[in-house]
Amino acid sequence: MRLGLAIDLDTCVGCHACATACKEWNTSAMTAPLTDYEPYGKEPSGVWFNRVRHYEIGDYPNNKTTNFPMSCMHCENAECVTVCPTGASYKRPEDGIVLVDQDKCMGCNYCAWACPYGARELDHESGTMKKCTLCVDRIYDQELPVEERKPACVLACPAHARLFGDLDDSESVISRVVRERGGYALMPELNYHPTNHYLPPRPRPTIPTNDLGRHSLAHKVKEWVNRVVER
Amino acid sequence: MNPSLAVIFLTLFAGSGFGLMAVVAAVNDFHIDGGLSPLLTVIAAAFSLVLVTIGMIASTTHLANPKNAWRAFSRWRTSWLAREGVLAVLFYPLTIAYLGWVFFMNADRDTVALILGNSAAVVGLVTIFAQGMIYACLRTIRQWHTPLVPANFFVLGLALGTTLLATARVVTNGPDKSLIGMAIALLIAAAVMKAIYYFWIGKPSGTTLQTATGFSGTKVRLLDQGHTFGTFLTREFSNSITPLTAMRLKIVVYVVGFAIPAGVLTLALHEPIELFAIIAPLAAFFGIGVERYLFFIEAQHVINLYHGRAPAAMPKMGPAPKGHLKIQSTKVLVPSLDKH
Repeated sequence: MRLGLAIDLDTCVGCHACATACKEWNTSAMTAPLTDYEPYGKEPSGVWFNRVRHYEIGDYPNNKTTNFPMSCMHCENAECVTVCPTGASYKRPEDGIVLVDQDKCMGCNYCAWACPYGARELDHESGTMKKCTLCVDRIYDQELPVEERKPACVLACPAHARLFGDLDDSESVISRVVRERGGYALMPELNYHPTNHYLPPRPRPTIPTNDLGRHSLAHKVKEWVNRVVER
Repeated sequence: MNPSLAVIFLTLFAGSGFGLMAVVAAVNDFHIDGGLSPLLTVIAAAFSLVLVTIGMIASTTHLANPKNAWRAFSRWRTSWLAREGVLAVLFYPLTIAYLGWVFFMNADRDTVALILGNSAAVVGLVTIFAQGMIYACLRTIRQWHTPLVPANFFVLGLALGTTLLATARVVTNGPDKSLIGMAIALLIAAAVMKAIYYFWIGKPSGTTLQTATGFSGTKVRLLDQGHTFGTFLTREFSNSITPLTAMRLKIVVYVVGFAIPAGVLTLALHEPIELFAIIAPLAAFFGIGVERYLFFIEAQHVINLYHGRAPAAMPKMGPAPKGHLKIQSTKVLVPSLDKH
């Protein structure tokens, strides 16, 4: 079994719901807490397992905003595990989930150096490395209804842009979608063989802009005022 | 990368300690300049232990959770960091046994001394290799992912160790011609090796924001990093300096780290400069310390691509890269830093 995520870059709206749902669940889950530094201060920051970045792809008028959530890819060739000197980082043979044993970690940051995807973050409070657990404490919970045995980020996504499943099973929904939509892995040249896949945006016709009429004088004045007056 | 003093001191002092022990063994093996006296052998071996200990203590200060540091020896089958720890710890009993044997038997040329001294030297040299491999095995950092890294660590450690031993000979007025020659040759070799390294890291790397996001056929620009202030990732990986600062620091490395020590030692060949020779190791340590700072600050982790850095945002000694590979290392990633 090789559990992982497929993230649909076509439908992701960049709302950060996955990131906040992840933070909410994991701050009281197995590697809790996800410490915040100065949460109400001038420069708030903290530990997150899932970060969403935003990119502009292509040139105007053929450009597109693409929202890019990134969390642990649960790589097949997880070098974060290989480089760990204490044995705190491990990859579960049964489902491929990469975890950090908080009781063994000495906080040397070496695994974070080895991770190309920025999936690992040091918690300065506990002094240990923390990372996405693929909600290992949710997905096997027999107390939860079957449809809720999924990572918190997947459940929270309002656009259903996140799929969770077994990528080893070629007939699972996630494997089929990855196959049909041409799902790809990030930075394949580094040979980490990430389990998580990204589904590219679907091709769409460009909205024509050259047939728009000239703006009225009032509109032009409004534009000029907007540019000149500082808010 | 974050150039923390802990890792700079670890690689600088431990490396020079291992280099010193290797040179002590070699000098006694081949009777270079008549070999060392038992007293100087003991002092040099003890000083090597002091240097290695400074490095080891420095390395534990960067651990966020040092109470688990003892576990770091357990994964020597896979981790170069664990291998370095195991080898460094193995260095201690061998060097202490050598030191004790020479001190109490007052003989540094008998079979036992030769076996102990050479074993300690070999373990020390292999530790330098493991130390270099800690960095060289990371495919995420192009500036480190090269065999030049352990090779540089080797030659810099040996150059520092030999400079120390040659200076000790000059100060104590012993025969020093061959030792000075060795030190100058190693300093030159280190300077050349480092130049090859700087040439190597000046080339653009294969990984770009395009391959990082999968949009390889078009332009990709960062719109928003998704966080208001710094994160662990920006604090740990986004450190950099401008190409001009890097260039100036490289001049410091070459002048203070290599030229001044070699010059002072050359002077010592002709003039009885005695205590003045101490400038040679002091300058070498300072200059190579700056070299180690550059080694960390110039290393750019691929995660920086996701934060909008250019792929080859590397200061280089030659002309600036052409076209879209503009150097952007001055870009401030944390908005709050802009104001200060």
